[in-house]
Amino acid sequence: MAESSSDESETTFQLYKDRKEWKDVVPVPQDDGEQPIVAIDYTEQFKDVFDYFRAVLQSGEKSERALELTKDAAALNPANYTVWQYRREILKALNKDLNEEMDFIEKIIVYNQPKNYQVWHHRKVIVEWLQEASKEKYLTETVLAKDAKNYHAWQHRQWIIKTFNLYEGELEYIDSLISDDIRNNSAWNQRYFVVMGTTGFTEEVLDREIDYTLSSIKVVTENESAWNYLRGVLLHDKCGLSRNKKVTDFCQDLYNSGNRSPFLLALIVDMCSEQVSQGNKDPLYNLEMAKTLCKELAEKYDTVRAKYWEYIAETVDKKSNKEDSQVDAEQ
Amino acid sequence: MAKTLPLRTIEEIKKQRFKDEGVVTITSVEQSEVEEAVYKKLYDLSLRIKVNPNLPELLQESHKCYLLDCLIYLSSGYQSLDASRPWLCYWILHALALLGIKIEEKLKSAVAKFLGKCQSPDGGFGGGPGHLPHLAATYAAVNALVTLGTEEAYNIINRDKLLQFLWSVRQPDGSFCMHRDGEIDIRGVYCALAVASLTNILSEELVRGTFQWIVSCQTYEGGFSGCPGMEAHGGYAFCGLSALIILGKGHLCDLQALLRWTVNRQMRLEGGFQGRTNKLVDGCYSFWQGAAFPLIYTLLAEDGTQVKDHLFDERALQEYILTCCQHPHGGLLDKPGKHRDIYHTSYTLSGLSVAQHFMNDVHILGDEENEVECTHPVYNIRPDHVRKAMLYFSNLGAPNNHSNSNST
Repeated sequence: MAESSSDESETTFQLYKDRKEWKDVVPVPQDDGEQPIVAIDYTEQFKDVFDYFRAVLQSGEKSERALELTKDAAALNPANYTVWQYRREILKALNKDLNEEMDFIEKIIVYNQPKNYQVWHHRKVIVEWLQEASKEKYLTETVLAKDAKNYHAWQHRQWIIKTFNLYEGELEYIDSLISDDIRNNSAWNQRYFVVMGTTGFTEEVLDREIDYTLSSIKVVTENESAWNYLRGVLLHDKCGLSRNKKVTDFCQDLYNSGNRSPFLLALIVDMCSEQVSQGNKDPLYNLEMAKTLCKELAEKYDTVRAKYWEYIAETVDKKSNKEDSQVDAEQ
Repeated sequence: MAKTLPLRTIEEIKKQRFKDEGVVTITSVEQSEVEEAVYKKLYDLSLRIKVNPNLPELLQESHKCYLLDCLIYLSSGYQSLDASRPWLCYWILHALALLGIKIEEKLKSAVAKFLGKCQSPDGGFGGGPGHLPHLAATYAAVNALVTLGTEEAYNIINRDKLLQFLWSVRQPDGSFCMHRDGEIDIRGVYCALAVASLTNILSEELVRGTFQWIVSCQTYEGGFSGCPGMEAHGGYAFCGLSALIILGKGHLCDLQALLRWTVNRQMRLEGGFQGRTNKLVDGCYSFWQGAAFPLIYTLLAEDGTQVKDHLFDERALQEYILTCCQHPHGGLLDKPGKHRDIYHTSYTLSGLSVAQHFMNDVHILGDEENEVECTHPVYNIRPDHVRKAMLYFSNLGAPNNHSNSNST
C-alpha cells in the first residue's frame, strides 16, 4: 500500500485521490465562493475525504465504498449531520446488518464523542429500525458511569424507557446514583420522570417520596437538588406547599435547630406566600414571617439574590393587601 | 442613566464558599475546585485595583482583533465546527456588533455571499456549502444576515423556500426537528420561530400546537428542558421562554417558577451562571440564563408589575465575566483554565450586555468604556438591526407558499 503523503497520523491513511479503486470518481472541491470567510485551514486528509464525500453525495452513489467513506468523514467531523444522514441512506439501500452498525456507533459514543448530538441520534434511529432496545440501558449506564450528568445519555435513556416501557428497576438505578452523588440533579430529575411515568404521585407515593427526600435533606441541608425535588413532589399535594404536616414539621424543626440553609428559608417564604394568597391568617406562615425571612436572605443568607428577595417580599405584601381589600369589599 | 457599580469586597466573596457539610461528592469536589480558581482571580483583582482603579477592563481592542482574524481564517482545530460555519459567522459578527465595530461594505458583501452558498435549494441553510439544511444553521445564517443589515444580505434569504423548509421539519405535535429525519428538541422550536418572525413568514398553521409543546417542557424545577421529561437547562430554558414570547404566549408557563429557578442559577461565589442545578459556572450562561431576565420583566410589566432593577446580581456577573472569562490575547471563555473560542466570545459578551443594560439605564462595572451595545433578548441581535430587518421583511408581504404543503 502506498504511503500517504499526509503527515504523521496514528494509522497510515491513504488519501482517496491516491486510491486505485476510486479512480473513477472526480473529487468535488468545496464551493465557498470567492473570498475566504470563516475559512478553515483543513488538513490534507480532511480536504481529501470531504472532496470525495461531496462527489458521492452529488452522484448519489450508495455502495460499500461509499459507506466506508462516510465512516472516514464522520471520524474527521462527527458533527457533520449531512454525513450521518447520508450514511443512514446507504445503510438502508444496501440493507446492511444493523447490528454491526450498533457496534460501530456504540464505540464512537462511548470512546470518542459522548457529548455529540449526531451520534446519539444515529443510535436512536438504528434502535428504531431494529426495534431492539435491550442494550440501551447498559449503553447509557456505561456513559453515565464516566459522566453521571451527560444530558444526551439521560435523554436517550428516557426515550428508551418511555418507548419500550422499561421503567422496571429504574428507581433502584437512581438510588445507586444518588448514593454515589447526592447532588446529582440529573438523577433526581429522573426520579420525577419515573414516578410520573408509572404510578404517578398518589397519596401513598407522595408520602414515600417525601420521606425519601427529607432523609436526603437531613444528610445535606444545602443540596438544592433535594429541595427542588421536594417542591416538585408537593406540586402534587392537593393541599399545596404549606399544608403537608411532615414537611412543615421538618422545616420547623430544622429552622429551630439553627439551620439557615437558604433553600429552607426560601421554602418557608413560599409557604407563607401560599397562605397569604389563600387569605388565611396563619400564626406562623404569614406576611410577617415572609418579610422577615426575605430580609434575612437578602442581607445575610443569600446575598447574591438580594434583589430577588426584595421583589418577593414586595410580591407577598401586594398579595396580602389584595386579600385584605377583597375581604373588606365582601364585608 | 449611567451607574458605575462598586465591586464586591473580597471578604464578602470569601463567605460564599461552598459548604459540603462533610459529605464529599464529585459535585462538591468539582465545585470547590472551580471556586478556588475563581477566587484566586477575584483576589488578584482586589490587589491590582489598588494601583489601577480602572479595573476590571474589557479588552475591547484584543477581542476585536481576535474576531476579525477569525472572520477570515480559522486553524484546523476548527474542523470540528466545519458543519457550523454560519454559526461561526453569526458568533463573530454579533460579537463585533456588540463591540460597536463597523465592518466595511466589501467584507459584508463577501459574508453575505458565503452564507448564500450555504443556502439549500430546498430552503433553509446548512452548516456549509452543499450541506443539508438544518434549523440551527438556518437560525445562525439569518441572524448573521440580519446583523450585516444590508439589502444584499436580506435578499440572500429565499423566503418561499425557507417556509417550505420549516414545514418539512414541523412535527404533528407542534415541535420541530433540527433537519429532515433529525433530532427533535426545543432548540428546533426556537430556531424556527426566530427565523420565521424575523423574515415575516410566520403563520398560525405553522405553529399549531407549538406553545403547548413548549409548556410541556417546563420541569418541576421551573426551568425548561430539551424535551418533555428531561432536566431543566439554561440553553433550553432560553429557547423555551423566547419562543413562547415570539408566540405571544409568555404567560402560559409558570413564570414565578421559572424566575425562581433562573435566579438560583447564579453562583454565589463566582457571580456567573450555571446551566443546571449543582453543575458548574460557565461564561456562556451569562447570556442563556441572563437573557431570561429582560424577557421576564416584559411579562411582569404586562401584568402591571414594574421591576425597578435587575432581579439578579448584575455586578457579580460582570465581575465574573471581566475577571475570569477574558483571554489576555483576545476572545472570551467558559471559566479560568479553559481555552478561548468564538462561541464563548459571543455569548459571554452577550451576557455582559444584558448585565449592563436595564431598561434605559446602564450599570457598568469598571470604566464606562467597558460598555457594550444592547442586545435583543429574544434574538440576541442588536435591537436596531432587528428593527431594520423586520421593517424590510414586513414590507415584502406574505411568502408564496403559506399552506401546509410539502411539495418538493
